[in-house]
Amino acid sequence: MTGWCERQRNILDVALASLRRRRGKNLSLLVVYSLTVFLGASVMFYSAGLKREARLLLSAAPELVVQRLSAGRHDLIPVAYAEGIRTIRGVGTVAPRLWGYYYDAVYGANYTVQVPTLPPPAGEIVIGPGIARLRKVAAGDLLPFLSYRREDLLLQVREILPAESELVSTDLLLLAEADFRALFSFPSGVATDLTVTVRNPQEVATVARKIVERFPDTRPILREEMQATYAAVFDWRGGLLLVLFGVVLLAFIIFAWDKAAGLSAEERREIGILKGIGWETGDILTLKFWEGTSISLTAFLLGTLLAYVHVFLLQAPLLAATLKGWAVLYPDFRLVSRIDAFQLTVLFVLTVIPYTVATLVPSWRAATIDPDSVMRD
Amino acid sequence: MIRLVEVRKIFNAGRPNAHAALDGVTLTIRRSAVTVLKGPSGSGKTTLLSLIGCMARPTSGRIHLHGLDTDWLAPGEESLEITSLPERFLTGIRRRAFGFVFQQFHLVRGLSALDNVMLPALPTGASRAAIAARGMALLERFRVAGRAGNLVEHLSGGEAQRVAIARALINDPAVIIADEPTAHLDSRLSAEFMEIIATLRSEGRTVVIASHDPLVYAAPGVDAVVVVRDGRIGESGSGRTP
Amino acid sequence: MPLRRADIFGVLTASGLLLLLALVLRGSGPDPAEADRLTRLQRLVTEAQLTDLALLTEARYTRHPTQADHFAPFQDHPLALDHFPSGMFWSPRRPAP
Ligand SMILES: Nc1ncnc2c1ncn2[C@@H]1O[C@H](COP(=O)(O)OP(=O)(O)OP(=O)(O)O)[C@@H](O)[C@H]1O
Ligand SMILES: [Mg+2]
Repeated sequence: MTGWCERQRNILDVALASLRRRRGKNLSLLVVYSLTVFLGASVMFYSAGLKREARLLLSAAPELVVQRLSAGRHDLIPVAYAEGIRTIRGVGTVAPRLWGYYYDAVYGANYTVQVPTLPPPAGEIVIGPGIARLRKVAAGDLLPFLSYRREDLLLQVREILPAESELVSTDLLLLAEADFRALFSFPSGVATDLTVTVRNPQEVATVARKIVERFPDTRPILREEMQATYAAVFDWRGGLLLVLFGVVLLAFIIFAWDKAAGLSAEERREIGILKGIGWETGDILTLKFWEGTSISLTAFLLGTLLAYVHVFLLQAPLLAATLKGWAVLYPDFRLVSRIDAFQLTVLFVLTVIPYTVATLVPSWRAATIDPDSVMRD
Repeated sequence: MIRLVEVRKIFNAGRPNAHAALDGVTLTIRRSAVTVLKGPSGSGKTTLLSLIGCMARPTSGRIHLHGLDTDWLAPGEESLEITSLPERFLTGIRRRAFGFVFQQFHLVRGLSALDNVMLPALPTGASRAAIAARGMALLERFRVAGRAGNLVEHLSGGEAQRVAIARALINDPAVIIADEPTAHLDSRLSAEFMEIIATLRSEGRTVVIASHDPLVYAAPGVDAVVVVRDGRIGESGSGRTP
Repeated sequence: MPLRRADIFGVLTASGLLLLLALVLRGSGPDPAEADRLTRLQRLVTEAQLTDLALLTEARYTRHPTQADHFAPFQDHPLALDHFPSGMFWSPRRPAP
């Protein structure tokens, strides 16, 4: 056992010395490789963090939202539908939901305007931290809005939602029903959609089916579907991961290719000498294994640790730029620092193992040359 | 003692360009003696050395090693027939029983002299400190200890030669095999090389050298000269034994 | 005797792995502050009847992807490229599993 250990250490020494000898090439390889791991890990940590937030936060979302469709598009739903839905067996409460978008032409920003279950008094609003930041207002300030009748509507900021809620509330503008209707000239007797609670959570799908049967022009949206949407977006195969991982993998294939293409004449000569002076094929493979592993393991560690710093300590500036898109208002949130062994395993399998294999194959071919070849050149 | 019986080595066997580099060589190499293989270029000296040194296998014929380390020998057995051994054993024997000095020395560039000397011993699982101590002792013996930390590409020809000999000795082999060791040396260095060879013989080591350099085969301390011609052993005479 | 390369490498790699392990363990333990935060935010989501994360506020289907029409493939389709790059991240509302 100590013999085995000593042998590995001795060979690792040679491997590191030989990496050091080709310092320039190996350093640049290490940089590119670490960067690849870094990008992959950043995307993975970031999307897993968002996926987790979405799952946990949306577990508090309405159980069932019922929209009305008109000519294939979302339309306002008559509040009278609520009575009909309430008579369906298993339905608990049905409440109209009033929400919409307000476009702030001065700032070019979209606000989500919504009447919560416990709205502020008329004339007052509760705003998300993003709006407060954009409009530079504090609690107590007055904010002017232009109603759909082209009338100025002055609403007083009662409260700013806490910074920790950015991820769900940054563009939120909560107000009283009267103000909502005044702002949008919203007709009475209709709502944006209805939220429905179901007595037995097991029956949500059944209730949804019955609603569509009773009101064929409606579309129910289950809470599970909301969660599934976000799970899909930040999933493995989801858009964000797919796009960024595609780039990462492409870069990876390029240098795996470079490696698999073969060893330099210098490296072959060395392998020949080692064989000649009594190294076995296995010793040479061990040497090449350590050369590959010390690069890939270092890149893996550097990449993941940097990604951790990037995503959780610096709030992922590189990825956030892509996510922000063209929006003027975007959440300034901090993900919970959390990585798990599964993510690391996947990263490891995706980055370290292919590289190691790619470097071992040509080495294996070179290592099986006849030892006497060193005597003839 | 190394005994070769009817050894043939055919390259590219079965193909149109098949070529018998060795054609029925029967030869005994004495223990603790210096044997020089002499012959024109292409006669098969290098091929013969590689067979003796367990680097390659003969196409037919047998090679017996006598009086080796007893590790590999079954009790009661006193010689080892190496042609039928699997590759792993062959490498093991090669590493422990043979030390090689190549024509171009074949030191690994980018490594220091000491690192080069240590290379053959590293996969044995001995501790690095022990190997380094042995390597330093050898470098001191050949008066190149001062260059231990230097990269081998910065060594002079004579220093490189001595480092190569030190490397061949690191595993304390019973047999030293050298292929054209003086081809790139001037006559003074060649003479120096043969002096070192003589000291190795006096330690009881067996030395086999392939060379057509008169400075080698005519040197004092050469016990036997074997003439190789067209893959066969010609007349063999003894050197000028002191 | 100077430290061996192999040992330096071993120590550095081992400390990197340990650090990573520590980060994994740190995220997996119970965290009362985190539990409090979740309770507060879930209350907000329930009270305001929210259905989506406010990640992208530039278009309806990026602000409220769960409420978007998944059968309207023209202007409202989540894969519409008018809001590149964010538009292409969003896939239509998924049916519940
Ligand atoms: N791998 C090989 N494949 C085919 N032919 C070979 C191979 N190795 C050696 N030969 C041939 O075997 C013959 C003997 O070669 P060898 O190298 O043993 O000669 P040598 O006596 O060492 O010559 P030199 O003095 O020039 O080194 C030569 O004709 C050579 O071309
Ligand atoms: Mg030759």
